[in-house]
Amino acid sequence: MTQSVDHVALLPAYLAAGTAVLVLLADLFVGRRVAPVATAVAGAVATGVVAIVVGAGPSRSTFCVPDACSYVANGRAALMAAVFAFLTAGVVTLSVPLLRAGVAPAGEYCFLLACSMTGGVVLGAAGDLITLIVALETLTLPLYVLVGLRRQTMESAAAAVTFFVVSVVATAVSLLGAALLYTVTGRLHLTLLAPALTGDVTLAGNDPVRALDLPLTSVGIALLLLGLAFKVAAVPFHAWAPPTYDGAPLPVAAYLSTASKLGGVVAILAVVTVALPPGVTGPLLATLAVLTMTVGNLVALRQIRMTRLLAWSSVAQAGYILAPLGALGVADTSTTVVTASVAYAIFFVVLEIGAFAAVVALREPSADGGRIDSYYGAARRHRWVGAALALALIGLAGLPPGLAGLFAKVAVVRSLLTGSSGWLAVVVALNAVIGLAYYVRVAAILYAPDPLARPARPVPWPVAGVLVVATGVALAVGFAPQFVLGWAGR
Amino acid sequence: MSQSALVAVLALPALGAALAALLPDRAARLAGTGFAGLAFVASVLLGVAAHTGGWFSYQPAESGAPPIVPWTSVDVSWVPGLDLRLHFGVDGVSYPLVVLTTLLTLLCCLYTIWHVPAGGGRGGTLVALLLVVEVGMLGTFLALDLVLFFVFFEVVLLPMYAIIAGWGGEDRRHAARKFALYTLFGSVLLLVGVFTVVAAAGTADLVTLTSGAVMSRTTQLAAFTLLAIAFAVKSPLWPLHTWLPDAHTQAPTVGSVLLAGVLLKMGTYGLIRVAVGVAPEGARWAAPLLGALAVAAILVGCLVCLAQTELKRLIAYSSVGHMGFVLLGVATLTATGIQAALIGNVAHGIITGLLFFLAGAVKDRFHTGDLAVLGGLRERSPWLSGLLAFAAIASLGLPGLAGFWGEAFAVVAAFERGGGGWVTLGVLAAVGGALTAAYFLRLLRRVTHGPASPAVAAAAAPALRISGMELVAWSPLVILALLVGLVPALVLGLSDIPVQSLVEAVIR
Repeated sequence: MTQSVDHVALLPAYLAAGTAVLVLLADLFVGRRVAPVATAVAGAVATGVVAIVVGAGPSRSTFCVPDACSYVANGRAALMAAVFAFLTAGVVTLSVPLLRAGVAPAGEYCFLLACSMTGGVVLGAAGDLITLIVALETLTLPLYVLVGLRRQTMESAAAAVTFFVVSVVATAVSLLGAALLYTVTGRLHLTLLAPALTGDVTLAGNDPVRALDLPLTSVGIALLLLGLAFKVAAVPFHAWAPPTYDGAPLPVAAYLSTASKLGGVVAILAVVTVALPPGVTGPLLATLAVLTMTVGNLVALRQIRMTRLLAWSSVAQAGYILAPLGALGVADTSTTVVTASVAYAIFFVVLEIGAFAAVVALREPSADGGRIDSYYGAARRHRWVGAALALALIGLAGLPPGLAGLFAKVAVVRSLLTGSSGWLAVVVALNAVIGLAYYVRVAAILYAPDPLARPARPVPWPVAGVLVVATGVALAVGFAPQFVLGWAGR
Repeated sequence: MSQSALVAVLALPALGAALAALLPDRAARLAGTGFAGLAFVASVLLGVAAHTGGWFSYQPAESGAPPIVPWTSVDVSWVPGLDLRLHFGVDGVSYPLVVLTTLLTLLCCLYTIWHVPAGGGRGGTLVALLLVVEVGMLGTFLALDLVLFFVFFEVVLLPMYAIIAGWGGEDRRHAARKFALYTLFGSVLLLVGVFTVVAAAGTADLVTLTSGAVMSRTTQLAAFTLLAIAFAVKSPLWPLHTWLPDAHTQAPTVGSVLLAGVLLKMGTYGLIRVAVGVAPEGARWAAPLLGALAVAAILVGCLVCLAQTELKRLIAYSSVGHMGFVLLGVATLTATGIQAALIGNVAHGIITGLLFFLAGAVKDRFHTGDLAVLGGLRERSPWLSGLLAFAAIASLGLPGLAGFWGEAFAVVAAFERGGGGWVTLGVLAAVGGALTAAYFLRLLRRVTHGPASPAVAAAAAPALRISGMELVAWSPLVILALLVGLVPALVLGLSDIPVQSLVEAVIR
């Protein structure tokens, strides 16, 4: 049997993979460090633009069996692909000072990021469990190496090993869950799993039973979700994130907390909105969300290192992203809650990449995030960088003038109350108060007088460029949030 | 004309803030003050252009009229995905507060041109922050969309935090953080409350919501509880007031003036317009508790003031008592009570603004606010002590000055409401009124009378005179305290009809 393949739908994926290959070739044949970097940035931007162009058209799908498809390039998949591509372009650009300082080999570094981007671009369009998990692994695998790339530092190596071990276990758990679901239903396509799980199944010649009554099904659903929860660093599967972020080079930490986390979110969204029965996943996700935001926020209060603070805060933010999904199964509001979740995730990555870009701008090329003490007076030395960092932090706290963050929280609370999960909305709201405590502490330190009177350092122009773009986008979506909400709801 | 005035009232301070943030220090202060002045002019024009009815006409409201009939409004879609519209409008309830806001901000900016608090950052930045706070407060008073109301309610928080943390007293970080966390706690509950209402009613339009949108009793109780707690933190209502003394004491003079003068009013305004208007059944249900807490606030505020030894802290706690009267007025849910609350709001804004300006002047001159160290001020600085006496007497509610109407008629409203509980509350509030007189007279005896204390005697003579800029900043408040006291119809005439409609809607 021959299948017709819709190459237009696959165009973003081709471009992403092609970028990775081109980067390798550029590194091989052009002796200058700038070649792979420029290729990676250009390829990533092209991927993002093409994803938007393709996504603006009608929904396309390919690799189909008669009643389901493995690759569904709809509006949301295009949005996610574009976000992954632009994040990659941003992170590669942020890495320029690092690569110039020779901390990591430029060719391999850019190649690995481009590979990871390929996983992300495919992930949003995945229509079956195997494509989903393979795409997610393609997104994550290169990161094990990238985390360990800071030469001659123990922390970096330790971080890489931690990340590797935890991530592999998580993947194994997800795979086991997927396999169990396959055992029960004989289906892999997300759209086919849903009816199969709510219907009757026949196991080993016995009488038909409701699939949901089988313990095997519950275990399968739980394992699949918990494995994916590792990827978003949801509590109690979060412990790998702070040491990994802290040990990784700063741009890689930025990538981990934005693109890699977004990957986990996309995967969870794909399985819970299409495949799994909301009655089972709703309470599970509500519990995960409450634990994640509360623990993340409380522990973040005590952090004294910048990257660890951002890591814990991004754990908490994952909780807010998952929270709307907790309303699944309570009322028939799946569109609202999914829109809120996707919109929150996008607002979050924009603010988070802005925060990391500002931190990169304030630090030495090869340095890690450092202690929060060392940021005293940073906004007095670097007026604009400090203001951008403060704006990003305030946005993450969800307050004006960080309007993007405010509307993100508003969307989450609104969807929860429309979905009659008032208690979860109250938990989200109270967590926002805890969150403000540490975000505003850092923001205040930026503007406090510097006891050591450190001199200002010039900010490398690529980093400044990313910072300007990220802050500009954060401001723009703050004033026009309907743009993001509209795309997220498609 | 009136629509453009409405837009200008909001846009001018925002423009001014942007300019003041970018220009060099001195130019920034001048430009910011210029824009604050323009905003004040625009707010006055707004009243002239938009209010076509007579200013002093008491007339019965049409039966069944909606509680909010904006004189003029602007309505543009902003974020349909979040039920958020840019819907602004002004009516008799909000207009006095709008003018109070633009006036007080203008005075604070003028004051900052000559006097930047020591130990802080650039004066230009301070002016920019004051203007951002103004935008937030004006937006809150003008918003006719519930979600928009929430957004502007939040806008105020961080600039005020920055004002306290950047230009405040010794313990400013702690006070600023306490302020931010407490008020955020209030406003996140507001967020939940707002969307409880929006989810149940299917609209965020305040005009529709207040004119009898149908929500079930349970939803109304839940919504009112959430909204009332949110506004009680901001107002503040005992026992949620503990952020206030620290914030007021540590904030720079201009920060205290805006905090006491306008920021607290966002809470009471929200209670009247949003909480009572949107969830009338919830309001009726919670009124006795609200009244009891309000009276507790009056008594606690007064008793703490009697034992207070620091000038600014005393004035801060006096705010707790005064806002207690305002909340008591709201809690009675009668036309008299709500009118008393509205005029009490404005009067407190004028008088306490003046008191904080004067307290700042005393601290600047003698470098202490300790009542035990100060004394005999009238020997060295008769004008300053005379003004302080005027403000204190206005604040204690002497008939003929602004403070009288709100406090007296809150008590009257409690008696009108009748029943043993409300009469008891009225009596206790009246006792609170007497205690208010007691602590303000104690303040005057300590600070102005008697022989000059060493700290007062040691101050250099030229510094004791009231400078021109101080006169410019204070005299409008002195005049207004007299004017509102003598002609309360200035405020009451405007709010008469909307309040009647509101009360009718609540009782219905």
